[in-house]
Amino acid sequence: MTVSVIQFGGSNCDRDAVRALRDVGIDAERTWHEDGLPADPSGIVLPGGFSYGDYLRAGAMAGRAPVLEGVRDAASAGVPVLGICNGAQVGCEAGLTPGAFTTNASARFQCERVHLRVENSQTPWTRSFEEGDVIELPIAHGEGRFEITDDELATLDSENRVLFRYCDADGNVTRAANPNGSTDAVAGVLGERDHVAVVMPHPERATLAELGGTDGRAILRGFAE
Amino acid sequence: MTAYTAVVTVRLKRGVLDPEAETTAHALSRLGFELDELRAADRFELDLDAASEDAAAERADAMAERLLANPTIHDYTVTVEPR
Repeated sequence: MTVSVIQFGGSNCDRDAVRALRDVGIDAERTWHEDGLPADPSGIVLPGGFSYGDYLRAGAMAGRAPVLEGVRDAASAGVPVLGICNGAQVGCEAGLTPGAFTTNASARFQCERVHLRVENSQTPWTRSFEEGDVIELPIAHGEGRFEITDDELATLDSENRVLFRYCDADGNVTRAANPNGSTDAVAGVLGERDHVAVVMPHPERATLAELGGTDGRAILRGFAE
Repeated sequence: MTAYTAVVTVRLKRGVLDPEAETTAHALSRLGFELDELRAADRFELDLDAASEDAAAERADAMAERLLANPTIHDYTVTVEPR
């Protein structure tokens, strides 16, 4: 049973994701998107990068690539799917998760460490945490500002589908702690079922203490049984 | 079949922040121009053959729905002219 990390032209976090997953004890391999999904993947990662050069909108092309049909079917069948950064943009463009990620309020590419508050700990991705826990992950994106219609946001809230919000070190959701101007400080959301999630920050870049943090390990362990 | 050019204009919904447009407006102000606001839009010109103007517009509309616009953040308009 292997997690499939889907590589598009322009993906650049696919190798990192495979290494990080293996490091937390989860078998993983890269899948070139044109080859289609392998039979029975145990999970799917849509990795970070700049698929299709961010043409049209970040994630727009990959979100409509044929392999996404397979991803959608797998997600429906219960296979866990995690979109990270560009993968989050792809996931939203593909309709796996609601909302959209667009240009940071700063109009700049931002590469820094951020604090996140765990908003729902009843998911495969966050079961090691308690609701309200504050974790630290890196971000590296130019189009990470979460936008969503008011109605859809109300639905997300009522269904407890916000996974993480940007916050300060003490867990307070403040304007200053919101790095990109995301609506309601949303940093990660769940699809219609909690085994499908997209997150703008990079859990796979927070798996080794030597590199400044290990809070991403538990999130990746969401692919374990 | 008649040759048409369908023009799809995609813009951010009113109220959705556009940092690039704000930055561009700011740069124009710095160059000494007076302006209140700048709104940017993407314009797609689609050359296609269709049985009628309505059919051309319908196809361009479907393209906008499926790919060119993202309904969460965008509005779009379609116009069609004979080519």
